[in-house]
Amino acid sequence: MNKYTEDDLREELKTKEYEYGFYTDIESDTFPNGLNEDIVRAISLKKEEPQWMTDWRLEAFKAWKEMTEPEWANVHYQKPDFQAISYYSAPNSKPKYNSLDEVDPELLATFAKLGISIDEQKKLSNVAMDVVVDSVSVATTFKKTLGEKGIIFMSISEAIKEHPELVKKYIGTVVPQKDNFYAALNSAVFSDGSFCYIPKGVRCPMELSTYFRINQAGTGQFERTLVIADEGSYVSYLEGCTAPSRDENQLHAAVVELIALNDAEIKYSTVQNWYPGNAEGKGGVYNFVTKRGLCETNAKISWTQVETGSAVTWKYPSCVLKGDNSIGEFYSIAVTNNHQQADTGTKMIHLGKNTKSTIISKGISAGKSQNSYRGLVKISPNADNARNFSQCDSLLMGNECGAHTFPYIEAKNKTARIEHEATTSKIGEDQIFYCNQRGIDTEKAIALIVNGFSKDVLNKLPMEFAVEAQKLLEISLEGSVG
Amino acid sequence: MLKIKNLHASVEDKSILKGINLEIKPGEVHAIMGPNGSGKSTLASVIAGKEDYEVTDGEVSFEGEVINDMAAEERAHKGIFLSFQYPVEIPGVSVTNFMKTAINETRKAKGLEDMPAKDMLKLIREKAELLEIDRKFLSRSLNEGFSGGEKKRNEIFQMAMLEPKLAILDETDSGLDIDALRIVANGVNKLKSKNNAVLVITHYQRLLDYIVPDFVHVLYKGRIVKSGTKELAHELEEKGYDWIKEEVNA
Repeated sequence: MNKYTEDDLREELKTKEYEYGFYTDIESDTFPNGLNEDIVRAISLKKEEPQWMTDWRLEAFKAWKEMTEPEWANVHYQKPDFQAISYYSAPNSKPKYNSLDEVDPELLATFAKLGISIDEQKKLSNVAMDVVVDSVSVATTFKKTLGEKGIIFMSISEAIKEHPELVKKYIGTVVPQKDNFYAALNSAVFSDGSFCYIPKGVRCPMELSTYFRINQAGTGQFERTLVIADEGSYVSYLEGCTAPSRDENQLHAAVVELIALNDAEIKYSTVQNWYPGNAEGKGGVYNFVTKRGLCETNAKISWTQVETGSAVTWKYPSCVLKGDNSIGEFYSIAVTNNHQQADTGTKMIHLGKNTKSTIISKGISAGKSQNSYRGLVKISPNADNARNFSQCDSLLMGNECGAHTFPYIEAKNKTARIEHEATTSKIGEDQIFYCNQRGIDTEKAIALIVNGFSKDVLNKLPMEFAVEAQKLLEISLEGSVG
Repeated sequence: MLKIKNLHASVEDKSILKGINLEIKPGEVHAIMGPNGSGKSTLASVIAGKEDYEVTDGEVSFEGEVINDMAAEERAHKGIFLSFQYPVEIPGVSVTNFMKTAINETRKAKGLEDMPAKDMLKLIREKAELLEIDRKFLSRSLNEGFSGGEKKRNEIFQMAMLEPKLAILDETDSGLDIDALRIVANGVNKLKSKNNAVLVITHYQRLLDYIVPDFVHVLYKGRIVKSGTKELAHELEEKGYDWIKEEVNA
């Protein structure tokens, strides 16, 4: 009989190259390697920032110098040499474009390879895009439509110039400069990112979307995103990333802050597909991200993430449920293959009364990868009638990978109700044979089983993202079964 | 249609089938009976192409083609269907989605386009009615939380959807109450034609009252030790397997 052994699978996995592994040669304006006060000042100067922003960065830099890299995560890697990184890189073409024709054709070709032609996106998908290549926004669309509703959607650099009062009021209020090592670093050197403000009572008519991309060799990417949903407003924000294949490790330390004022709702969805390194575990992106949202009274924040990329992931999109009756949600699919390591989860901090949180985490590990869920549910003394439901499921493929669950619960109010469910399962040969017998080959069978396993989370993604995410799951796991 | 010659098969170096000979022609219903551990389910798995089983000698051919080395999905594409004794659960994958995938993968293998959604729905509705299956059932996760009877009915529903040339029913009667048994058997009988064949594997004669076999074979210690007509099944029901064992061991 035609045996398809684990060895065959392993071989197949090894030969599977990173789909989006290519490098675009765009003439860049890059700073020398290293980090000191002068570099921080230079970044701020380059971006023509006001003094308060420069001071804010310097304050963060001072704090960062005194901090040490956290080591508690269940990941092992060679720590980056922060003096060997260049902290600023911008595509060296015209700073702003009025139409796609003005955009560097090579850049457009890059997008075409990624299957995210802006042109098509503009025409077909009703998605306004703030495209971030390396660090500076080069294209912003649908600004006008959004403008009519009073919605501000622009790069954070622009926002610092055009809406300093909003940026100054909210930046660092959810993730303070000194929050953690990487957040401090980001606060000091962030190059660009997105800014979004939805005015009172406005329902954003389209999904807002940003594509991130690391492009310049040895350039860290330090994105800063700030989303403010004013009272009674609603916005759905999509973030998707993919990076070219590079040999040296690339550092990505982003900060995302969400602010949902009274009765507002923010839905933040991410598909993350940074370069995961090769089959031997060489290269790949270090993804150390701080994402946090603040909910005022009756507000709701939902984080949905599909994490398939990066060599090392350290990421805990969290909700601070400050206002009474506020709701926090976290839906996550994390896939690790080969030598990838992911330590991801969430923190739900219940401060207000009648606050509710839901956590659904689906971890899928294959190859020699390690996949950890780490979550904190904290109920403060004043959070009467707080409720949490957590479900953490792990799916294993093969015998060399690992799945870990680290749930932390701190309940300081007797009325709290906290539920936690966890399962671990393995894709069985019986399941595969059953599918085979119905005419479904092994590859397709795995895709089917994985998609079924992830369904609860995939269903939370906006339609166009769900399709992309499903495709990514299939690509990331092709041929891995035990 | 199916021709098995001197088939020897083992699992983990343990020899289970020790020289099976069997021929099934279009339009025929064959029943394989035998005591526990005689190799009935192994035979079903080997015909379907399960990788755990190693064919050590002999051959299995289907419609004139030796299929010893053929992958399970290719055999399925050619029209071999196995109704599992223990159908597996696939959480999050609905019966409908699973069937859609199975049908379209089979069509793809034959160089056909996906079945249009409209036709698919029509087919599902038609076959669900045939097996008296509630529409709600079709949106449930495959076999997850199904009762024993529901699982078996779902197997026959899949068979109805895929319209195989050869259907192997492995202990389909186990776990079925009498009403479910009748529904399942009626379904199988309605699908029966002069162009397809059924191989019923069962421990008891009960199912054979509904699905009437043309031939009955007794499997014991990895060999077919006795063949006959449906009367043989009645005889076994009455007298048990001991007399067969004695005959063989004598």
